[in-house]
Amino acid sequence: MNEVIDGLPDESDKSAALPDPLVQREGPEASVLIRGAELLDPVSGIEGPHDLLVESGTISRIADPGVIEAGEGTEVIEAEGLHVFPAFFDPHVHFRTPGQEYKEDLETGTRSAAAGGFAGVIAMANTVPPVSAPEQIEALRDRAARVASVPVGFTATVTRDMKGTELTDMAELRQAGAVAFTDDGLPIASSRILRRALQYQAMTGGRIALHEEDPGLSGKGVMNEGVVSSELGLRGVPSISESTMIGRDAAIAGYEGGAIQIQHLSAVESIEQVRQAKANGVDITCEVTPHHLCLTDEAVRDLDASKHKMNPPLRTEADRQALIDALVDGTIDCIATDHAPHAVHEKEVPFEAANMGVTGLETAFASVYTSLVLPGRISLELLVEKLGCGGGPFGIEPFTLTEGSRANLCLIDLEAEWVVGEDGYESRSLNSWCAGETLHGRVLVTLADGQVAYRLRSFSLGVA
Amino acid sequence: MKHLLGIEDLDPVGIDALLDRAESFAEVSKRDIKKVPALRGRTVVTLFYEASTRTSSSFELAAKRLSADVVSVKASGSSVEKGESLKDTVETLSAYDPAAIVIRHPQAGAAQMLTDWVDAAVVNAGDGMHQHPSQALLDLFALRQRIGSVEGKKIWIVGDVLHSRVARSNIQAFSMMGAEVTIAGPPTLIPRGIEATGCKVHYSLDGIEEADVVYLLRMQRERMEESFVPSIREYARLFQVNARRLNPRQLVMHPGPVNRGIEIGGDVIDSDRSLISDQVASGLAVRMAILFELLARGGDSREMDQAPVPIGEPA
Repeated sequence: MNEVIDGLPDESDKSAALPDPLVQREGPEASVLIRGAELLDPVSGIEGPHDLLVESGTISRIADPGVIEAGEGTEVIEAEGLHVFPAFFDPHVHFRTPGQEYKEDLETGTRSAAAGGFAGVIAMANTVPPVSAPEQIEALRDRAARVASVPVGFTATVTRDMKGTELTDMAELRQAGAVAFTDDGLPIASSRILRRALQYQAMTGGRIALHEEDPGLSGKGVMNEGVVSSELGLRGVPSISESTMIGRDAAIAGYEGGAIQIQHLSAVESIEQVRQAKANGVDITCEVTPHHLCLTDEAVRDLDASKHKMNPPLRTEADRQALIDALVDGTIDCIATDHAPHAVHEKEVPFEAANMGVTGLETAFASVYTSLVLPGRISLELLVEKLGCGGGPFGIEPFTLTEGSRANLCLIDLEAEWVVGEDGYESRSLNSWCAGETLHGRVLVTLADGQVAYRLRSFSLGVA
Repeated sequence: MKHLLGIEDLDPVGIDALLDRAESFAEVSKRDIKKVPALRGRTVVTLFYEASTRTSSSFELAAKRLSADVVSVKASGSSVEKGESLKDTVETLSAYDPAAIVIRHPQAGAAQMLTDWVDAAVVNAGDGMHQHPSQALLDLFALRQRIGSVEGKKIWIVGDVLHSRVARSNIQAFSMMGAEVTIAGPPTLIPRGIEATGCKVHYSLDGIEEADVVYLLRMQRERMEESFVPSIREYARLFQVNARRLNPRQLVMHPGPVNRGIEIGGDVIDSDRSLISDQVASGLAVRMAILFELLARGGDSREMDQAPVPIGEPA
């Protein structure tokens, strides 16, 4: 006997527009004059020293240095020698709400994002329980509207409770506000289910973000399979466990005309798959993490799981160099942190027993700036661009420094040297892959959708 | 026409003639004595490998009203259950020298295969997800009774087109008779490339107000278990056609059996705009016409020397 479903609201007519993709708490709109800072905006092309005035949360004027006078009640930042960039956007963070708030929650997670210069993030759905029902999206958005210091978009899982067997109510989830779909943390092992999801996507929209890993190949691996894993006696995850799944999924997406985002690319073979798929016209985008751009599996020799155990694992120097090249040539669309907080007790265990994942929001800019920009491997402009454009695959335009735009910007001191973790973290968790490292470049202030989302404690503002 | 395997066996003139014939049989069914002697002394076998109520009963009754002897075989409770092959079963039944075999089978092409094995006229009463021509013809008949020709009419077929033999026959039949056909459903249930057959494809009910006729397909629970849709509930929210989605001028059809409250709202089933009971009523007359066209009007070469029996004479 079938259940009878009468009297439900009609959802087919698209007259009811989708909700705004991002949600932030209400707060006072900033009025700030930033004097003489070096502006660098890859979107508008503006660069060089300028005065920048924010009034009621909107960039109202950009002018030559020393031209703009502060009005009554406007905060003034003397920013000569400092840099202002459009704020960053991270399409891949784990904020652990609901269910694992001991690791992170929407409040600490968004503070951590703001401290890294981010004015927008997309939260993954592998919470406890996973985000598989429209009511959960609504509850998360309500919560974010009360506590999120930067705008957050929420994803829903592709399969119900990430079990890989049934699709979620993707249409209803979209209408509740899901910006995308992902079973991140797990691959979608069944090609049939992925195919159905990509077919269904033609109706619902919402890019499907994929954690690519063939479980038959990755098995119980805990680090990259290679010389280091052989020496350490740790089970390896071969690079092909990622690239073969990308090949499969790109083929399915191409066949169905679906849109996919490949998450946290780690291996040279994977880059080849993405490059080929793009050449074939597949709607495929991809991201790379700062840690895969800066570290190799050599780092695992310290067996410090808190800093160096994550999935996908750190790969070889050849992989790392190929990732950087792919970032430069545009094969890789954006940088995403895969910010994955874990409690100390989940990391202070033998390497093989530890949870996978590292935090990355607060160090994203400084780590790549220190490792790749200062040595001249990539340009500052490329870094700012790739940290800023992560919303693009999900229909969210990058922020820009133009008159009339909402103020989404970060003020950064490129000269500042700091030791990561020395002053603590905004994140609730300590498992930064940069913990204890000395980095260059520090975020002083972040404005997110017109609000002051972050200011470094030691950095104070004058008031006119 | 020797067999009726699919709509492609017909052309618009043939369909119109067949519907004319059905109209006269509909008249017969209103008389006190509802039988005509057209197929007296001939045998019609119905062979159903799938559960069926309206198709099997109306073919059986149609043959009886034409005065044929009828043998009805169902897969359950017959030698089919004991593992007999389709060919062996059909050859066994051929011993009765049937004039026609009406077959329903869960696999596409079964009716077609029979034509190589038997001399009888073969009527496809549904083969897999392929064709169900008598359904399409009775749908045209029900529409003709209500609105006349479908030429230039906009007909939306909504739901699980992928698994529907009714949809495949009706897309062809409606298009052949000059209607503009649109199919609508979730992309997972729309056959790949179907638009090449000339119909439009929609992934929502947006624009359904243009339809003169909305033809709904049965949504089976198995489709959820097979992951074609996330849930029957979401399907109903997106694609259920109910009174709120329609204006009073729009007609609604459904081949049955309906899932009240899933693909179709109860308010629509019970309303004047529903043609569902007209469809059922049309089944008998149209199936009489099909058997008559195949067997009495000279489709069967063995009967060519016999003059067609006038319909009007009671048996």
